[in-house]
Amino acid sequence: MATGAVGAVGVAAAVWPLIDQMNPDQSVLALSTAEFNIAPITEGQTVTVKWRGLPVFIRHRTPKEIQEAKAVPLSELKDPATDEQRTKAGHEQWLIMIANCTHLGCIPLGQSGDYDGWFCPCHGSQYDSAGRIRKGPAPKNLVLPPYKFLSDTMVQIG
Amino acid sequence: MAEHSTSYNPGTGVEKWLDERLPIIRFSKEHLMDFPTPKNLNYWWTFGAILTVMLAVQIVTGVVLAMHYAPNVALAFNSVEAIRRDVNGGRILQAVHSVGASMFFFAIYVHMFRGLYFGSYKAPREILWMLGCLIFLLLTATAFMGYVLPWGQMSFWGATVITNIFSAIPIVGDGIMQWLRGGFAVDNATLNRFFSLHYLLPFIIAAVVVLHTWALHVPGNNNPIGVEVKSSRDTVPFHPYYTMKDLYGVVLFLIPFAWFVFFAPDILGDASNYIMANSQVTPTHIVPEWYLRPFYAMLRAIDFNVLFIDSKLGGVIVMGGSLLVLFFLPWLDRSKVRSGTFRPMFKWFYWLFVLNFIGLTYLGAAPAEGIYVIIAKLCTLYYFLYFLVILPVLSRIETPRPLPASISESVLGAAH
Repeated sequence: MATGAVGAVGVAAAVWPLIDQMNPDQSVLALSTAEFNIAPITEGQTVTVKWRGLPVFIRHRTPKEIQEAKAVPLSELKDPATDEQRTKAGHEQWLIMIANCTHLGCIPLGQSGDYDGWFCPCHGSQYDSAGRIRKGPAPKNLVLPPYKFLSDTMVQIG
Repeated sequence: MAEHSTSYNPGTGVEKWLDERLPIIRFSKEHLMDFPTPKNLNYWWTFGAILTVMLAVQIVTGVVLAMHYAPNVALAFNSVEAIRRDVNGGRILQAVHSVGASMFFFAIYVHMFRGLYFGSYKAPREILWMLGCLIFLLLTATAFMGYVLPWGQMSFWGATVITNIFSAIPIVGDGIMQWLRGGFAVDNATLNRFFSLHYLLPFIIAAVVVLHTWALHVPGNNNPIGVEVKSSRDTVPFHPYYTMKDLYGVVLFLIPFAWFVFFAPDILGDASNYIMANSQVTPTHIVPEWYLRPFYAMLRAIDFNVLFIDSKLGGVIVMGGSLLVLFFLPWLDRSKVRSGTFRPMFKWFYWLFVLNFIGLTYLGAAPAEGIYVIIAKLCTLYYFLYFLVILPVLSRIETPRPLPASISESVLGAAH
């Protein structure tokens, strides 16, 4: 019994490094922050930037899109969130979110679909002008990365 | 069967010496030459041999391709292009390997549908069937990882979508996804490990094939009438009768294979994969290779929440379930009659199932909108109904046609 138990612990200790080597290493994990100058992004334009290897949308929304996003009652939403929760106060024209569809990770196409937002060509998920899931197989709204505005034209993601 | 058992008599002193230490010649003669095989096997039964040849072709071409391939995100795409352009004969070697994957899947689908029709999964061949399902799963994983290696757009986004499937698992899903990728996104770490595993898995498949053959040689082959072998009159030795028939089947199979390799090596692939991987742009239509589309269609057919299961997890459960259900088939179809030939109602549902599967293959590449979404849901529903409802119910209510008394009687007609 005791021999078996010690043996099992020994095997587990030997196997763990073999499993753990597949995890992201420290160079990948080192939480990078990236700063972006958003001044050149004009109204109605989206820029895709790269953060931690993931694509991130920075969308300068039009007043029409903001108005539409605010007008949607929460009861219609699969993953309810208000437009205020999706943006930072005072910077409502800026929508910053990780560009991978929450279904299986494709990058949705901007300004298409039925909700004036994003349409994912892979499996047909549709997001509205606040990046909230409206239709299709995706379960969640497009994910917001941690970010803050350093000034009106500089944003720091991470 | 006793009369067919091996009559190996070592002729020379050396053979006798070897036979007493490692009876490998005796074993080979027993299992590769004298093995008693039902005499009524048709050409659907040659696909076992065809699959063995395909596994060998893929391993041999794969080993030589690996001599020229570079598993690094900066080099992989160009190294595959170099194989196709610069390496001596590389154009053909690479085409044989990539077309070979398609031919392999075509053969395994025929082999599985053969088993479904003739009831080859029923007692006493349950383990044989389940090992076959395991081979299919391993083959799917191997093919998927192999497709990632050229590092084109479809490679990258296919890897992204498939590893993302694991993130649907509650709580630990994201951790598992990052463990599989070795990062937050599919990147160099992912490509490296996929190359390592793509090289490893075919040898694991080969080991399971040995078990599969072992499990075949215990009860012996099923046959088109599904009546067990009753006497030595029902069988012929495997060699030369089936070695020759299988060889003929292999030659016929190699004709379309060669046509694809020589004249249309890219026709089964996707043009987007000749654009190098770009993590910032998704191709407009992400579609897997044709052989994975039926399961892909079922994955995305679930776009609605069921109780506490969200649509994403639901799709993953359905896709996983569509493969897992195959393992339980021997206990779902309780009909005593094996062969579909003698089951008048089963036949209709079976051929509808085949059509349904072809339909799912088509839908897996169709745009995910409009009427296609509805048809995909119906097809997914029928796939599961067939296994979980139709087969269990049929085995209770169906009256099968009378079976021939023996294989000999079905071949030669009843004695007068």
